[in-house]
Amino acid sequence: MENINFFLPEIFLTVSILSTLMIGVFFKNSYILVTSIVYGIIISLILIILNSFDVSFKLFSNSFTSNSFTNFFKILILIGTFFILIITQNFIKETKINYFEYSLILLLSVLGMFIMISANDLILFYLGLELQSLSLYILASLNRDNLKSNESGLKYFILSSLASGLLLYGCSILYGFSGSTNFEIISLNTSTENIGTVFAMVFILVGLAFKVSAVPFHMWTPDVYEGAPSSVTSFFAVVPKIAGIAVFIRFMQIPFSEIVDQWQPILIFISLSSMILGAVAAIGQTNIKRLIAYSSIGHIGFALAGISTGTTLGYSSSITYISIYVIMNLGMFACIFLMKREGKYCENLNDLSGISKQHPILSIALLIILFSLAGIPPLAGFFAKFYIFIAVIENKMYTLAIIGLLSTVISAFYYLRIVKIIYFDDANNSFDQIKNLGISSTLFLSSLILVTFFMYPSFLNNIVDTLIIN
Amino acid sequence: MNFPILSSITLLPILGAIFIFIFNNKNNENKNVIYISLFTSVVTLFLTIFLWYVFDKTSAEFQFVEEKNWISGYIKFKFGVDGISILFIVLTAFIIPICIVSCINSVKTRLKEFLIAILVLESFMIGVFCSLDLVIFYLFFEAGLIPMFLIIGIWGGPNRVYAAFKFFLFTLLGSVLMLVAIISIYWITGTTDVTEIFQIRIPEEFQYFLWLAFFSSFAVKMPMWPVHTWLPDAHVEAPTAGSVILAAILLKMAGYGFLRFSIGMFPIASEYFVPLVFTLSIIAIIYTSLVALMQEDMKKLIAYSSVAHMGFVTLGIFTFTKQGIEGSIFQMLSHGLISAALFLCVGVVYDRVHSRLINSYGGLVNILPKYSLVFAIFMLGAIGLPGTSGFVGEILILLGAFQKNFLVAIIASIGVILGAAYMLWLYKRVIFGKLEKKELTELKDLNLSEGLILFTLAGLTLFFGFYPNLILDTIHVSVDKLINDYQLSLILNTVK
Repeated sequence: MENINFFLPEIFLTVSILSTLMIGVFFKNSYILVTSIVYGIIISLILIILNSFDVSFKLFSNSFTSNSFTNFFKILILIGTFFILIITQNFIKETKINYFEYSLILLLSVLGMFIMISANDLILFYLGLELQSLSLYILASLNRDNLKSNESGLKYFILSSLASGLLLYGCSILYGFSGSTNFEIISLNTSTENIGTVFAMVFILVGLAFKVSAVPFHMWTPDVYEGAPSSVTSFFAVVPKIAGIAVFIRFMQIPFSEIVDQWQPILIFISLSSMILGAVAAIGQTNIKRLIAYSSIGHIGFALAGISTGTTLGYSSSITYISIYVIMNLGMFACIFLMKREGKYCENLNDLSGISKQHPILSIALLIILFSLAGIPPLAGFFAKFYIFIAVIENKMYTLAIIGLLSTVISAFYYLRIVKIIYFDDANNSFDQIKNLGISSTLFLSSLILVTFFMYPSFLNNIVDTLIIN
Repeated sequence: MNFPILSSITLLPILGAIFIFIFNNKNNENKNVIYISLFTSVVTLFLTIFLWYVFDKTSAEFQFVEEKNWISGYIKFKFGVDGISILFIVLTAFIIPICIVSCINSVKTRLKEFLIAILVLESFMIGVFCSLDLVIFYLFFEAGLIPMFLIIGIWGGPNRVYAAFKFFLFTLLGSVLMLVAIISIYWITGTTDVTEIFQIRIPEEFQYFLWLAFFSSFAVKMPMWPVHTWLPDAHVEAPTAGSVILAAILLKMAGYGFLRFSIGMFPIASEYFVPLVFTLSIIAIIYTSLVALMQEDMKKLIAYSSVAHMGFVTLGIFTFTKQGIEGSIFQMLSHGLISAALFLCVGVVYDRVHSRLINSYGGLVNILPKYSLVFAIFMLGAIGLPGTSGFVGEILILLGAFQKNFLVAIIASIGVILGAAYMLWLYKRVIFGKLEKKELTELKDLNLSEGLILFTLAGLTLFFGFYPNLILDTIHVSVDKLINDYQLSLILNTVK
C-alpha cells in the first residue's frame, strides 16, 4: 500500500479537482476563488512530484510507471499550465468568459496528460488520452456565445475523434499481434517479422501525429487556434505539445524499440514536412493566432527530428527543444495578452505596427522572443535547434539537417516580418496601456531566460541527461 | 595572465548598452546617452590598444587564452588572440567611437536605441575575432545579424525594409550550411576547439564538403561575386554609421574566417579550390569595377568598390604566399579605414543636401575646401596611390599573385586601373567643376566632430602608407606559422 505514494500526484489532482468543483458550484462568481485554489493545487503538485523525482516505480501490475522522465514532463506541464493561467486571467475577465470551469477543465486535461505520460499499458494510455482530448474539446468551445469558438470546438472534436479512432484501431491490432496491452510485453513481441505490429505502429503514429499537429495531420490546427478564445489557444500551443512529445518518446522507446528501422523513415517524413509546411505556410498569414499555429507545426517538426534519430541523444535533444519551446511560447502569448488597441486585443499582424514607439520595453521583449523562435544565436532558440542538429548529424542524416536548416531560413522570414511591423512601420493608432503584474513578470522571466541561456547552456542538458525513459 | 581580459573587452560594450537601456534621463537625454556610449567605446579602444601593446609579437601562439567549460561534455568556451586577430579587434574598437561621433549629426530619431544597437554589435564583432571555438565563433558571427538588421531597418533610407531583409536572409542562408559543417566537424574530430582541430587534421575525403560549407558562408559575407548583391542594397539604405560598420568590420569577418578556419582546418581542400576562388575574385575585381563606373549613387559606387577590394583580399589569401596573405590582412585593415572614411564623407554631404546622387553635386571645392582635401586623401587611398595605406596592401597582394599565377596577377592589375578610373571620375564630378546648383551655395564646411574624425582617419591612412611595419611586424610570425602549417599538411598528405 505504501507504493501508492508514487500515484499520489494523480490521486491528489483528482480529489482536489472534484472538491474544487463543489466550491465552484456553491459560490457565486467563483472564478477568482477557484483560480486561486488551482494555483495552490499546481504548486503543491510540483512539490509532491519533486519530492520523489528520481525514484522509478511501476504500479498496478506494470501498467503505470513513475520515474524521472515522467516526473520531468509532469513538472513541465504544471509550469506551463501555471503560467498560462496567470497570463490569461486578465483576458478572460475582459472577454467575459470567466467561468470557473475554465481552470478546472484545464486541470482535468492536465490529469489526462499525467495518466497518458505515465501509462505503461495501452488501455490506460487511451483513457488518459481521451480524458485530455475531451477536456480540450470543451475548452475550444468555451466561448459558447461565439460562433467561431463553437465551430472550432466542433471541428476539433470531429477530426480528433477520427484520429483517436485510428489510434484505438492500432492499439487493438497491436494487442492482437503481440498478445498483451503492456508496453514491455509488446516490446518483446514486436519485430519486423511480426508484420501486424508494424501495421499497428503506423496507425498509432498517425493518431499521435494528429495530437501534436504534425504534417500531414495538421489541418485542424490553424482553424482551431484561430477560433478558440486566445486564452485557450495559448494553452493548446503549449501544454498538449509537451504531453504529445513525451508520449511519442515513450512509444518509440518502449513498445516500438525493436522496429526502429520501420518507424524512422515515417518520422523523418513527418518531421521534414512539418518543418517545411510550418515555414512556408506561415508566410502568408495575417492573423497572429494562425501564424502561431503554423509556427508551432514547424517547431514540432524540429522536436520530432530529434526523436526520429532513435538515439538517447536524440530523445534528450527533443526534450530540451520542447522545454525551450514552452518558454518561448509562454513569452509570445504574454506579449499577445499585453497588446490591446481601442479596447480590443490585437489579432491582426498589422495592428501591431509601430508598437515599438509606445511600448519600447514590451517590443524589445517581443523582439527577443521572435529572434529566439527564429533560432538566431545567442538566444535560447538557437541552442534548442543546435542540440537537435547535433543528434541528427551524429546519425549522418545530412538531408534532414540541411533541409531543416534551410526551413529555418524560410521561417526566419516571417518572424522578421513581425519585427518589421513592430519596428520599421509607423504607428497609425495608439495602444491601450495594460498594467498587469502577472503577465509582465511572465514576459520578463521568459525573455530573461532566453537572453541569458547562452551563459550556462548545459543547465537544461544536465537535468535532461539524467532522465531515465524506461 | 589569469585575468580574463578578452572576455572583459567583449563584454564591456554590452555593459555600456545595458547602462544606457536602464538610464532614464528626461532632460537633454541625447547628450548624456552619447557621452556614456562614447565613454564605453573609448575605454574599449584604450583597452584593446593596451592589449596590442602587451601582446608578444615574437610568438605565433595564441595569447591571453581563456578556457572554460561551457556546454558540458560537448563544447568548451575558448578565447584567444594571435597576431592576426588582435589587429581586427583594434580596428573594431577604433571604428565604433567614430560611428558614435558621426551619429551626432546624422541620426535624428531614437538615438538611444541606435547607440544600444551599435554597442551590442561591437561586442559581437569583438567576440568573433576572439573566439577559438567554432561554435562560439558561429554564435557571435550570427548574432551580429540582429543589431545590423535593426540598424538598417529602423534608421535606413526609403527602401530599407527590402535591404534589411535581403541582408539578413542572404547571410543566414549562407551560414546555416556552416552550422551543419561545424557539427559534422564535431562528430568527425570530437572537438570544436580550433587549435585542437589544427593538430588533428581532418581526413581528406571530408575536407571538400566542409570547405564548401564554410565557403558558402564566408563568400556571402565577404561578399564575393555572384552573391554580392545584398551589399549595394544594404549600403545604400543603411544610415552612415551602419554603412561604416558594415564596410569596415562586418566584411572583414569573412576574410578573417578564411584565414583562421578555411586554410587552417582544410588545407588540402583550400589548395584544391584555388582556381574557383581565383576565378571568382577576378570576376569580382573586373566586373564590379565596371559596374561601379556606371553608378549614379555615391554610396552604391563605394559599395561596389568594396566588392572589388574584397576580391583582392580573397585573391591574396589564396595565393598562400607570405606577401599575398600579409597583403590581404593589410588591405582589409586599410580598407576598413578608407571605406569607413569614404562612407563618412558621403554622409557629410548627405546630411546637408539629403541626396546621394552624384549629379546633384559638383564644384564643392569652391565652398568646402577642408572637405575636398580629406575626400581627396581617401579617394587616393582607395585607388592605392603610393604613400597611402591602400598602396601597401595592393602591391603585396599583387606580388603574391605574380608568384602563383601570372595571368591572374595581370588581370588583377587591370582592376587597379579601373579602380582609379571610377574613383577619380567620382571625385571629378562631385568636387571639381563649377558650382552651378543653387542649393549647394549655402553649404557649411566640416564642423568640429566631422573634422575630428575625418582628419584622424586621413592621418592614419597616410601614416600606415609610410610606416606599414607597425602592422606588418605584428602579423609576421602568425602568418609564417599559418603558411608553414599549411605546407606541412600538404606534404604530409602527398607522403601518405
